Amino acid sequence: MAIYYLLPLYVMLSTSVKTLDDIRGGNLIALPQSITLDAWSKAWSSACTGVECGGMKGFFWNSVKMAVPSVLISTLIGAVNGYVVSMWRFRGSDVLFTLLLVGCFIPFQVVLLPMARLLGELGIANTTSGLVLVHVIYGLAFTTLFFRNFFVTIPDELVKAARIDGAGFWTIFFRILLPISGPIFMVCVIWQFTQIWNDFLFGVVFASGESQPITVALNNLVNTSTGVKEYNVDMAAAIIAALPTLFVYMVAGRYFVRGLTAGAVKG
Amino acid sequence: MSSSQSQASLSALADRWLPKLVLSPTLLISLVFVYGFIAWTGWLSLTESRLLPQMDLAGLIQYQALFENDRWWTAVANLGIFGGLFIGCTLAVGLFLAVLLDQKIRSEGTLRTIYLYPMALSFIVTGTAWKWMLNPDMGLQKVINDWGFPDFTFDWLVDPDKAIYTVVIAGVWQSSGFVMALFLAGLRGIDDSIIKAAQVDGASLPVIYWRIIIPSLRPVFFSVLLILSHIAIKSFDLVMALTGGGPGTASDVPAIFMYQFAFTRGQLGLGAASAMMMLMTIVAVLVPLMYMETRSAKRG
Repeated sequence: MAIYYLLPLYVMLSTSVKTLDDIRGGNLIALPQSITLDAWSKAWSSACTGVECGGMKGFFWNSVKMAVPSVLISTLIGAVNGYVVSMWRFRGSDVLFTLLLVGCFIPFQVVLLPMARLLGELGIANTTSGLVLVHVIYGLAFTTLFFRNFFVTIPDELVKAARIDGAGFWTIFFRILLPISGPIFMVCVIWQFTQIWNDFLFGVVFASGESQPITVALNNLVNTSTGVKEYNVDMAAAIIAALPTLFVYMVAGRYFVRGLTAGAVKG
Repeated sequence: MSSSQSQASLSALADRWLPKLVLSPTLLISLVFVYGFIAWTGWLSLTESRLLPQMDLAGLIQYQALFENDRWWTAVANLGIFGGLFIGCTLAVGLFLAVLLDQKIRSEGTLRTIYLYPMALSFIVTGTAWKWMLNPDMGLQKVINDWGFPDFTFDWLVDPDKAIYTVVIAGVWQSSGFVMALFLAGLRGIDDSIIKAAQVDGASLPVIYWRIIIPSLRPVFFSVLLILSHIAIKSFDLVMALTGGGPGTASDVPAIFMYQFAFTRGQLGLGAASAMMMLMTIVAVLVPLMYMETRSAKRG
């Protein structure tokens, strides 16, 4: 059973270090005759995606520039929102929270056309800032949900006592809640990072040419039909595109699983 | 609203309004970008918009055109096949793996790591990897041929009748580990004393699972169904990377239909209509599921 799960990883890795002759002569699961990193360096710096031939390098950094601010902004806003909807309920706050949650469930196809129009009017179509804006907006529902679900598990007494002692809105947030929110920050950041790094739909619709994220560039590379098909370069590029999220999975596996299962919406 | 506050200090006043003030930008954003945009798309789907948006209402012509479009029905049928098989297989495999791992086997940690890592990958990477392995000239077909079965063929990827099934194979690979994790968490949450009592009564392990454990996983089933049907209806990346909707339009799904008509073929109105159909499908699937989930949550 485990073979079904491991085979693709093995095939990707072994193909990426084979020579093209080795790939044509041997077969998919045969070990490489000799190991070469040529395909990797080509994938990183000189492979062609459509008309451009600068490799994955530039697109990789596009994705970094897109993911880092989007993750940070949406997580921070989500933390404050979650704090409000769990600790400072007011009349109608449950209804508002439900309204907000709908954002988790819509198929994004239904907002693509107006969004494209808006980004055009704002002059940030086809830019990384445009993508950051989109990811922050549609990430807020998730991040708010994560923090809300975490904060409701914290006993009310803690906050009530602080209020009696005269602590205000921000004091409670910064002095009492933030110091114990480490785990949920981890979960939220991991979730948002994998979502945003792996996104393809927004990337392909709202970015073009040099501003494309790596998922879009990878897809272009693999489907470029000109010249000899270099499977080893394709596989190396695929691994490069997968490395950041795989790294997160390896390093923070415990939190990764928690993030996934928390994404299973129990609000 | 603002009566009887004469004695309230400035900070108490701030505490009253701050929460609402803090939440309002997000609410405004979702009002505009979720509800407003859905309305906008809905409106667009009722116009004659082609390359450029037009704002004059034209009735249901786009929906009529959509329903007369053969490609749309191919896409819908494919979604049915893919959705049904993907959800069914992922559920079965995920539950099976969870039950296996629940037997307190030694290598549990390693296996869990192996089953779950695909979830960290993007659908584009998954599609790229499987596209290479299912490639009939050099992929798994050749491996089996080289092993001494020269007549073996496995060319689903380029077979118009079978291409959609390759998407199922890759989709199950990507998602079943995650489903396993959900079920495993559910299994670990079951009270041991019920199981012990059943064992004392002489029930065998399969019977215990079938009659006691699996029924008590009901809430997990709902969550899993909710997530998987959501993934299935939205599926776009995986199909794009694996088959590109091809050969021809053989593995088209609504998400690809929408993308192509709206963004590469300049048929905004038709694209908007197909997006609205997707939204309605999600609503039709999710609302009953969520209703059942909250009901079962209340009972349990």
